[in-house]
Order: sequence, then C-alpha cells, then structure tokens
Amino acid sequence: MTYITKPRLHHPTLQTNKVGYTRRDYEGRVSTLCAGCGHDSISAAIIQACWELNIEPHRVAKLSGIGCSSKTPDYFLGASHGFNTVHGRMPSVLTGANLANRDLLYLGVSGDGDSASIGLGQFANAMRRGVKMAYIVENNGVYGLTKGQFSATADRGSKSKKGVTNTDSPIDLVGLALQLGATYVARAFSGDKEQLVPLIKGAIGHGGAAFIDVISPCVAFNNHNGSTKSYDYVRQHNESVSRIDFMPQRSEITAEYASGDVIEVEQHDGTFLRLRKVDTSYDPSKRYEALSYMNDHHERGEIVTGLLYLDPLALDLHASLNTSHLPLNSMQEKELCPGSKVLSKINESLR
Amino acid sequence: MKQIEAINDFVIKFANVNGSGSASANELFAKAILRMGVPVSPRNIFPSNIQGLPTWYEVRVTEQGHLGRRGGIDMMVAMNPQTWDADVAELEPGGYLFYDNTRPIPQSKFRDDIHVLGVPLTEISNTNYSDPRQRQLFKNIIYIGALSVLLEIEIAVFKKLFEEQYIGKELLLESNMKALNLGRDYVLKNMSYPLGICVKRCDNVGNKIFTDGNSAAALGCVYGGATVAAWYPITPSSSVPEAFQKYCDKYRNDPSTGQHRFAIIQAEDELASIGIVVGAGWNGARAFTATSGPGISLMTEFIGLAYFAEIPVTIINVQRGGPSTGMPTRTQQSDILCCAYASHGDTKHVLLLPEDPYECFEHSAKALDLADRLQTPVFVMTDLDIGMNQRLSRPFDWDDAHVFDHGKVMTAEELEAGKDFGRYKDVDGDGIPWRTLPGTHPTKGSYFTRGTTRDPYARYSERGADYMYNMDRLQKKFKTAAQIVPAPVLRKSHKPSKIGVIYYGSTSPSMLEAFELLEKEGIHLNGLRLRAFPFADVVEEFIHDQDLVFVVEQNRDAQMRTLLINELEIDPAHLIKVLHYDGTPITARFIHAAIRDRLKQSDSPKKTSKKSKELA
Repeated sequence: MTYITKPRLHHPTLQTNKVGYTRRDYEGRVSTLCAGCGHDSISAAIIQACWELNIEPHRVAKLSGIGCSSKTPDYFLGASHGFNTVHGRMPSVLTGANLANRDLLYLGVSGDGDSASIGLGQFANAMRRGVKMAYIVENNGVYGLTKGQFSATADRGSKSKKGVTNTDSPIDLVGLALQLGATYVARAFSGDKEQLVPLIKGAIGHGGAAFIDVISPCVAFNNHNGSTKSYDYVRQHNESVSRIDFMPQRSEITAEYASGDVIEVEQHDGTFLRLRKVDTSYDPSKRYEALSYMNDHHERGEIVTGLLYLDPLALDLHASLNTSHLPLNSMQEKELCPGSKVLSKINESLR
Repeated sequence: MKQIEAINDFVIKFANVNGSGSASANELFAKAILRMGVPVSPRNIFPSNIQGLPTWYEVRVTEQGHLGRRGGIDMMVAMNPQTWDADVAELEPGGYLFYDNTRPIPQSKFRDDIHVLGVPLTEISNTNYSDPRQRQLFKNIIYIGALSVLLEIEIAVFKKLFEEQYIGKELLLESNMKALNLGRDYVLKNMSYPLGICVKRCDNVGNKIFTDGNSAAALGCVYGGATVAAWYPITPSSSVPEAFQKYCDKYRNDPSTGQHRFAIIQAEDELASIGIVVGAGWNGARAFTATSGPGISLMTEFIGLAYFAEIPVTIINVQRGGPSTGMPTRTQQSDILCCAYASHGDTKHVLLLPEDPYECFEHSAKALDLADRLQTPVFVMTDLDIGMNQRLSRPFDWDDAHVFDHGKVMTAEELEAGKDFGRYKDVDGDGIPWRTLPGTHPTKGSYFTRGTTRDPYARYSERGADYMYNMDRLQKKFKTAAQIVPAPVLRKSHKPSKIGVIYYGSTSPSMLEAFELLEKEGIHLNGLRLRAFPFADVVEEFIHDQDLVFVVEQNRDAQMRTLLINELEIDPAHLIKVLHYDGTPITARFIHAAIRDRLKQSDSPKKTSKKSKELA
C-alpha cells in the first residue's frame, strides 16, 4: 500500500491531450494494493492508454468483480462511474450496462479467481455474445485477498508460497476466449508497459469482445521460486509474437518499425491497428492456428504474449440484437409506451 | 339414478394426453361458452413433460362469475386410457362420463352412479381423415362438436371463433367446421340431449378480457417502459419473456429504421439474468427478469447487492410448488419469505401481490416505476395459477398522461449548478438518496458502486457509524415504500363482525366465493386483500380491529402470517392459519370448511387454547 497522498493540484505545465485532459485527470484514488503489485502497473497502463486515446474519462464505465484485481477500478479514472459487483459476475453486469447505453466505453477488470474459477460461466458467455468491451484479467494465479490459495489458472506443478504443489490442470482464459468467439484476444505481462499500453488501446477501440489476459505477479503470495507467475519466471519465458500500435487514422510507417513484418488493419470504425510481427510466421487472423501456436509454446514452458487474434471488422451484441442507435436508457414514454388506443385493441383481441 | 342438474354452473374436466393437440380444442370450448355471455374459469393441470404424460383441462362454468377453482367434477371427458380409473372415480355421483366408445371398455371400468355417454370418436375421425396427425387433431374438434349439442352451446359462436382464428385461411376454417359438425351430427342422430347440465346464453361477461397473467405481466413491462429483459427458461415463468418478445416485436420497433427499442437476452443461468438486469438498472434502463422459485434461490446474492448498492431491479416471480425442484407444474404461494428477505445480512424487499391478469399488467408496470423511485429490487409475486391459466379479468387500462417515474436521478445541469451529490445521503428525509447515471458529467457526480460498506458520499468505509447510518436509512426508505406501494383492499362484512380474513394473490376469487358461502351460514367476515409488502399502516389497524384474523394462503408454513407477525409484532394467537398446499389452486369449498370448522371449535375466539391453535 502506498501511503503518500497525491497532491490535488496539477503542475500547470502538464501536457494535455486533444480533449484537454492531463494524464493526472485519468488517475483515481491511491491504491491500497501491496507495493510492487503487478495490478498497479496495469492501472497505470489503463490510465496511459485512455489519455493517449483522448477519451473523456466520464464516458467510460469501469466494472469489476471481487478480489485484488477488482479493487483496482477505484485507482484509475476517478471521474468515471465504477461498479465493483459480486464475485465472478462482472460480465453479466457489464452486459446489462452495455445494453442500457451503447454510447459509453466499457472496461471490465477481473482476476483469475474471478474469471476462471467462480465466474468461468459468465466469462465464457460474455465472450460468446460479443459484448463490446475491453475485458482485462489481471492474472496472478493466486487468491491474494484470502492469502495465497491457488486459483484455477495456476499451472500444474507450480508451487505455492507454503510449498504445496498444484496438481490441477490450469484453465487458459486466452484459449477459452479464442474458442468462444472473442474477436480481439491478447496476452500481456504487467512488467512490459511498452507492450501492454497499445494492447489496451487496441482493445478499447475494438468493435466487439476484446480480451486481454495480463500476467500480473502477486508480490505477496506468488513471486517465489517454483511459481510460474513470478516476475522472474515470466521475464525468462516471455515469447512475444507481436507489438501493436493503435492509430485513430492511418499514418505513415516510419523507419523505427523497419524490423519484422508490419501489417496495418482497418477496424470497424475506420481506426487502424499497426501490427509489428516479432515472429514473422505468426498470423493473428487465424483463430485456431493461434490456439495451436499458443499451446505448442505452452508445452515448452513459454508464455506467448502479444495480440494473438484479431477480427478487425467484428461487430457486437447490439448488432446481433438490432437495437436502436439511440441508447435504450434515453428512451421515454413516446418511444416505449404503445398507449391506451393500442391497449383497447389488445383488449378487443382478448375477448 | 340421480342426475346432476345445473344451468351455467358446473365443472367439466378434460382428461387428455400431453402433446395430442387437445389444448387448443379445449380452449375453443371454454371460449365458446364465454361468447355466450357465461363466465368460465379454466385451469390447465399439466405434467412436467412435452409428450405422453397425462394432462387435464378443468373448466368451471359459472354464471355467478366465481373464478376460483370449485372442486368436484360434474362431467368428465375421458380421453386418456392411462388415467381412466382415477378420472372415472373423481366424478360426482349423478355426473356424466363422456368417452370414446370406438373400442369396447369392460363394464367393470364404469360406475353405477354416473351417466355414461359414448361417442365413437376414433371411428368417426378415421372414416373421414386419412392423415394420422389430422385424425388426432380433428378427433379433438369432433368431441367439442359432440359436447356442443349435449350442453347446448350455440354452433354460431364456434363459427365466429373459427373465422377469427383462421382469417385468410378459409381451408382451415372449413375443415374445422366440418369436424365440429361430424361430432354434432352423431349426437343429433344417436343420443338424447341436452344433458341435465347445460349452457344458457346470459350477459355476465360484459367487457371482460380472457387472458393469462404471464402475457399480462409482459404487456405491463412493455407499457411500463422496460427496455432490457434477461431470463433463463423455467416453468412456469418462461412465457413472460416470450410474450414480452412478442409484444416488443409488434410495438417496439423504430418505424423509420426498424431497429429495436428493446434488448432481450436469454442468459446462461439465473445469476447472469439478474446480473444483466442489475447492470442495466445501474445504467438507467428499465430492466426486468422473470423466474420461479429455484431461480430466486440462485439470484439471491445479486438481490442483496441491488438492495445494498440501491439499484432498481424488477423481478417477476411466477411461483410454483417448492422446495427445490418441487412441483414445477403446480401452483403455490411459497416464496413469500424467501423473496421478502432474500439474501444474507439484513435485507428487506418490496413485494407486489397481483390477484389476476389485470393486476399482473398493472403491478408489472408499477414495479418498474417503484424500482426506479425506491432504487431497490421489486418483486411481482404472481403464481402458476394466475400466470399460466387464462382468466376472465377486467380489461387493461392505461392513462396516457402517465409519465414514467424515474425517481431521483441528478442531471448534468443540477451537478453543474453545484448541487451537492452524496450518493448514499438522505437529503429529503425519505431515506431515498439521489443517484447519477454513468456518463452524466465530465467532472462531477461520478461514484464507485460497491457491495461493501461506504459513507454517504460512496467512499469505502468500515466505520460503524457510517454502516449504521446507511442501514438505518435503508430502513427508513422501506417505510417510505409502505406508503407508495399498492394499498390493500378492504371488504367490510355485510353485518357487523369482529372476525377478519387476510388473503392475497391468486387466492382472491376463491376467497370472494367463500365469503358468500359463509354468509349463507350467518358467518360474516371482514376481508383485507394484501397487495404489497411492506405493509401499509391500515394492515396493522385492520388486525387490531378484529378479535381474530384468519390468514388464508397457499403454502405449508403460513409464510404471510409469519411476515405479519414478524413485521407488525402481532400476537401469533391472533392470526389463525388457513393453509392449502397440495399444488392445486385453493378452492372456496376448502376455505369455507376450514373457517367454519375453526369457528365451531370455540364461540369465544379470545379464549383460544394452545391446543386449538395448533389444530387450526
């Protein structure tokens, strides 16, 4: 936990973005997580991504479940409405919120216990439905708030801080997201901000269900030798397939991107993603190849990170339901109530 | 031999096989009688099955308009060999047994004290139709035709009903009329008619409508402005969202774009259903789910969140027999306590208690207003008896001047003007705080919603004083609720009496009939029909004004009585249980006997001994 209170006043020279906000305007309350927690780095990456994307903070709704990760929405975007729901059920609440007002951006923050254990069903079904959201799992393989029990993403054979070996197979949320129809699937590491910030930007700009699994070491309970989710282990086994940039408009490819393959993909709303391949043989447009690539590397103990799959033209649940372009929560009697004349006709049909 | 004689006052029961197409024929029968101006009250008694198991359709023909189940069967249409023995046994002495005599049935299978009416239905059908499915379906219409002669139901009303049903499908109209006449002709040629029981045109239906509570509740949600519905299939509530979909398809499309002004999600389970509703309610859309007992059990965690975080939620609970899977296709009022106090910790919820389709419509629309006004879950506590049976009811009405009550939602202008916003602060003295919707203002009015304790400004707090402020405010809000929920309906006794009856929901029609039966014996009772929880002050006054109060309900544990005792601190000896819980709808005969017998036990109800209390 950080005890230093942040000053309220901003430095006058602090740079503002196109909508007139400084980076500090995207911050939240002081984090109550442990010093060095990977989750705080993810909060910082979210702040950075939203500032760079010129999003007005109040146009974001941030939702979470229960757990350390789910506490974090209090620590970023203080001017946004947040909802810390119940354990494992953030996806349904986010779905309902999204249906009510399609004009806001929805950020779902969850943990491995929240999404892979208690909330696996809701995670799966939100992906299936294609709810437009950026769904971020802060994955540390343990239950932090209850002091270090294994979660369902802990690798078989990994050791807990107390020395217990996990004998259950892990649930791979990235694999599930790929199978279940998510249209933007990525894995990242909280210790690699350069990779994470663009991935979050891409997820927020995506037209359908975007999922990022961020390996985020728990310094208190899962950062020891024998853990496969420690800072050291992830750094040593990280296999990045790509680096991306999210761009509101197409821009010229500059020299600094010269190495590797560079692809630009236009998205549903005219924005672009520029993908710099680290492994030139990797094709992120193939859902099942992505799955197999990831599984092959996992067998070798490697963690594949980067944008693993993308359907740039994906549409969302509102498109499937053909809902009005006007937010449902803005409609009144005129739009919604058929009135007494229609009711008389209905009565007549029931006689 | 005795013969039951009655005009416009009898019960006919159809014993069929599930999936044989009998439902629409039986409904046609009921509607034909209605069109002759004679009230009917039909009930489906069906199994948890799609095809093959026995199913019954019981029609009470009641010129007096007694819409409760009567009990006792005057005529049996025995179309199901599986249940033959029980069906024959159920008939009142002097009653009528109508059956298909194509194949001979041994004499031992009949009774000496009933009138047997055999019509070779299968033979007539097979002679006239060759397609197996047609043979089955038209056999149903043939028996309706035969019955129409025996009971003197006018052929013209059938013709009219077919015409309405088969607009533009003249072929179907003709073939149905043909089948109807096959049955009629057989009876006209071979049997004596009418029977001792028959139908005679009268004018007691008036402008009433004939519909089921689930459709009515769905329509109420359309009129009440619900835009998001999330649900998981469960009997007996599934037809609520299905009807909502049907009405929305018709009345909720943007005329210029064809886009929908609604979103319906069939969720993966009840947890997700209520979660979607919570999310939509939090974000300012009117949302509801419909479910039954097992679904409520699953939803309780979210119900607690919605109570504590103060989020509008509407839940239509079509109650069925519990506990556990219980009796999925039978009726009960046994979720009262589990809904009133749903979820862990100190929680209390608003319940609305509709008595018929009219109130299913009215209360569902009202629930959406109340949920927004009170920022809390509101339950519409209907049941299978009202929900899945067509019932004669007052026509729906709607005031076009009605404006949706969105409750206390602070606007961007108010925030901009500097109005203080404390999400959980009681600024108006009614316990109801103000809320803001996400996205309202760039810098003001945002807050963090959570199920953990917080201070009046929504900041996380585990301070005892903050916690108590919040819990006490919620209590105050509940008191406010008691003043704005539908008020109870008082029915004063015709002669002075100090004995009262409290009842609610689907018990209503049987209770009204029981009042009449009891009055004939000189027993006069004051009635109070509850329409909501929390209880308005008049409920307590009513109880205190009586020497003794019967509480009539359809569950084993006297749940409403418990709620009254607990919430109003009533002496339990003052409230006498009248409980019906076998899964069939409560009858006037049952209520009448229970109250009469209890009053016989002691002339002085005040001196009730412990023993007699237990007997009650």
